[in-house]
Amino acid sequence: MKIDPIHQFNIEPIITLGQIGKHTIAITNSTVYMFVAVGIIGLLMLASGRQLIPGRMQSIAEISYEFVASTIRSTAGPEGMKFFPLIFSLFMFICISNLVGIVPYTFTVSSHIIVTAALALLVFFTVLIYGVYKNGLKFFSIFMPKGVPGYILPLVMFIEILSFLLRPVSHSVRLFANMLAGHIALKVFAGFVGMLGVSLGAIGWIGGVMPLALTVALTALELLVAFLQAYVFAILTCIYLNDAIHPGH
Amino acid sequence: MASDAKGQKTGAHTEADGGHHGGGFPPFESTYFASQLLSLAIAFVALYIIVSRFALPKVGGVIEARANAIEGDLAQAQKLKDESDTALKAYEAELAAARSRAQAIGNETREKLNASAEAERKALEEKLAGKLADAEKQIAATRTTAMGNVRSIAADAVGAIVQRLTGAAPDAAAVTKAVDASLKG
Repeated sequence: MKIDPIHQFNIEPIITLGQIGKHTIAITNSTVYMFVAVGIIGLLMLASGRQLIPGRMQSIAEISYEFVASTIRSTAGPEGMKFFPLIFSLFMFICISNLVGIVPYTFTVSSHIIVTAALALLVFFTVLIYGVYKNGLKFFSIFMPKGVPGYILPLVMFIEILSFLLRPVSHSVRLFANMLAGHIALKVFAGFVGMLGVSLGAIGWIGGVMPLALTVALTALELLVAFLQAYVFAILTCIYLNDAIHPGH
Repeated sequence: MASDAKGQKTGAHTEADGGHHGGGFPPFESTYFASQLLSLAIAFVALYIIVSRFALPKVGGVIEARANAIEGDLAQAQKLKDESDTALKAYEAELAAARSRAQAIGNETREKLNASAEAERKALEEKLAGKLADAEKQIAATRTTAMGNVRSIAADAVGAIVQRLTGAAPDAAAVTKAVDASLKG
């Protein structure tokens, strides 16, 4: 038997809707899992109770709310709360779709560079447009750090502008690569169990305990990574938005 | 068994969409980029609307209501505590006042009783002194009478003794004189 660790990332069209240029527009497994994530978030946030003493579901909803809110307040200040819905949506969308993706046979939305790039560009343009709208040309003072001697200022500015432009790249590739690599590693180790069993028989099945244990451990690690990458994405969004809100810093 | 099922699934799947991607790396396959972007846009906008219109106001409202309830309860508790504090203070003041009043009443009563007792004692003492004086007078009178009697008895006795001794009755006046002299001495 052959185990293909890449197969899990295939986009499978379910209903093909049409063609725009050479691009196929279709409802794919990716679409389904995006809406699964949206549905879970909606259910979690809206179907949870309103008790004074919260139950489990309500606790999760409130902890997510306060977690994101405190992240924004600590990194972008109280003015950052304007972007609370955006950052909350980003965090929850990434976190839930990552967590759903760990379930075997599911699809991980954020393992596709096009998705993470779209989200990173959304953040990038939000920062750029809001920064210019709120501060005018003063926004571009983020490229001129204070206290830098004049003769190296052009070099520093060049580096600052380059790093600003590269933000969406690092922002999106970090998430994409983490999810991709994690899922490939999981699949490879899980595949060893079956391969050993099929090719070596009884000895193989016994030997398969090792990669199975490793798969369990990796799954735990992936759970952490799923949450952590969503958090990293959200906190970086906050830090970038902080530039737009307080360009003087 | 599970891996067998997966293997079959892989096979079926490769047949089904073999035309779309020629075994390239799926995350970089651009065939469905537009499709994914469109789905993401719709899903994310829907999520944003759900989150900003319904989810966050609802959860935020619940959290705020809880904070308000806690704050209200704390304020209520503080109010009650203040009330009990003032009540305690009032009680203590009242108690102190009552105690001092009681002490004053006690002192007054004690003084009054002392005074009346003193007066009674004085009256009694006076009465007793009067009675004592009367008694002394009576004793003196009785003594005088008794002494008078003693004189006559003594005189008689002297007369009788002298008569017995001498055989002759003595002169009454001389006996009386001698008895008087002896009584005086």
